[in-house]
Amino acid sequence: MSAISLAARQDQDRVHARLAAIAARTRQLAIAGIYRAGSGHPGGALSAADLLAVLYGAELNIPGGTADDPARDRFVLSKGHAAPALYAVWAAMGYVADAVPLALRRIGTASQGHPHVLDLPLSETSTGSLGQGFSVAIGMALGLRHQYVAARVYAMLGDGECQEGEVWEGAMCAAHHGLSNLCAIVDYNKLQSDDRNANIMGLEPFAAKWRAFGWHAIEIDGHDRAAILAALAEAAATHDRPTIVIAHTIKGKGVSYMEDRPLWHGSVKMKPDETRQALAELGATETDIATWMA
Amino acid sequence: MSAPSLIAASGDSLREAFGKALATLAETRERLVALDADIAGGTGLHHFRKAHPSRFFQFGIAEQNMMAVAGGMAATGLIPVVTTFAVFCLRAVEQARLSIAYAKRNVKIVASHPGLDVGPDGGSAQALEDLAAFRAIPGMTVLSPADPHEMALATQAAVDFDGPVYMRTGRSPACSVYANGHVFRIGKGHILRDGHDVTLIACGVEVARALEAAKLLAAENISARVVNMATIKPIDADLVARCAEETGAIVTAEDHNTIGGLGGAVAEALVRARPCPVEFVGLEDVFGESGEPDELAEKYRLTAPHIAAAAKRALKRKRHG
Ligand SMILES: Cc1ncc(C[n+]2csc(CCOP(=O)(O)OP(=O)(O)O)c2C)c(N)n1
Ligand SMILES: [Mg+2]
Repeated sequence: MSAISLAARQDQDRVHARLAAIAARTRQLAIAGIYRAGSGHPGGALSAADLLAVLYGAELNIPGGTADDPARDRFVLSKGHAAPALYAVWAAMGYVADAVPLALRRIGTASQGHPHVLDLPLSETSTGSLGQGFSVAIGMALGLRHQYVAARVYAMLGDGECQEGEVWEGAMCAAHHGLSNLCAIVDYNKLQSDDRNANIMGLEPFAAKWRAFGWHAIEIDGHDRAAILAALAEAAATHDRPTIVIAHTIKGKGVSYMEDRPLWHGSVKMKPDETRQALAELGATETDIATWMA
Repeated sequence: MSAPSLIAASGDSLREAFGKALATLAETRERLVALDADIAGGTGLHHFRKAHPSRFFQFGIAEQNMMAVAGGMAATGLIPVVTTFAVFCLRAVEQARLSIAYAKRNVKIVASHPGLDVGPDGGSAQALEDLAAFRAIPGMTVLSPADPHEMALATQAAVDFDGPVYMRTGRSPACSVYANGHVFRIGKGHILRDGHDVTLIACGVEVARALEAAKLLAAENISARVVNMATIKPIDADLVARCAEETGAIVTAEDHNTIGGLGGAVAEALVRARPCPVEFVGLEDVFGESGEPDELAEKYRLTAPHIAAAAKRALKRKRHG
């Protein structure tokens, strides 16, 4: 192996180690926040963690980690109930203090149960009513392009969220307007609030639907961070249409007793022993566990 | 064969006045953009589309997406004016609530075809709930100007105001209430005719009818004050209290359900400050039907004689305490 490729390989390893660390920290802080709040949605926070880690850790250009630069990239968490993971990834990135995810759902704090842009400007918009964040992201992509700002806009949707009619209004709209500066990511964990998508209202053939609506669709394993990176690069290199990354994930990923179980969608009150086990499985240190659970 | 002419696309409707004013305002306001859901020909927005094609955005018949998109466009610094019929604004109330008002976005929602003024399209198309619905959203300013001249002024005021606004225009040719020189201010009612026995507080198409009612009352030696309350929210509570103080009886008149619109706003202001007898002219919690606007106004008791009758009921209650 040549010296150059060895250096490149080491670089790549460093990037992946960093993204793995961000993802782990995101999961830990999200669970700690939900435990402390006594309510919240763990399943969809955990399934989204690797996607969020790669987006914030490697893809989004957010100078200073604030919403101050008009030319920054935008990320909208359209599945707003995954707020614990959003606040957690910001903390993992050092954009906000750990106190933000840890104060989840507390009265008088900025850490609202669903992201609120007036409290936490990095939310970019307020979400929680499924379907709307996607439309708002489309508006941002249109607005930025209209003003010749080269920034990109990303939106994360839940699979259940895609049952909303507004999502398909938006899908038509973004394709019609040729919004190649827009990339949507579906956290395709196959579960929604009550049950599996397939039992509530089936989505398949899912990728074919998006393609038929005029989108460039990419299907990946949403926990394979290298695959996520590659998909986002492919989206950025697509210049004639918006891109949808359909990320196959596992709801509750990383906590054995939560994985693929509708029960852990939310809004759940986590017990101390459950929380301790979850945090340990997610690789939290004894010190962090003790501090967060105090 | 020539193109069909649009019914009532006349120069004197509130929607046309809005559309022309917006196109002119956009000449000096670079950040102004307009959003349409396949009815620009009906909302007055066709003037803007013609004058500023690159700032006109089409969303098709998909109002929920359009409403939330407006919030996103505003987040990038633009001033979106989102237009559709009032009844279809109702379809996107929740988008206006979350993606516009809760996020404090500088979006103007302009709703044409409100109330019975819609006419022959019938009950399905006649929004009688929009003032109530949008008024209940925190931070939402709600306007319903009275005539084409005021509509132009209100359009400018709405566009230059920093915050979300819901504004009603109107479908039918509108009676002129103002000559040139009217000053429109958001949050301020305007006394069009003074009087001391009773006050008629109206908005939109009902303002011209209230003026007519005041003439009918004058013929019976009843002195009626007429207030144009073009801002439903924030309601001009000081003026409402003053009218209660000075005339002791109030009638509200609106092309809307009597629940939750202008009448509700006036009554809320009164019970907080200075209660007095109030009578409500509007739809009595029923839907409309097909018919010409004037026929419907008569059938559903929105015309001047009905306002005058309501004034007499209020007066009677005032006298018998
Ligand atoms: C418009 C709307 N309807 C219902 C809800 C209540 N709700 C919150 S989360 C959820 C299930 C979402 O499932 P999915 O989009 O698959 O999210 P995930 O599995 O990633 O948690 C529901 C029904 C909501 N937030 N918004
Ligand atoms: Mg799901």
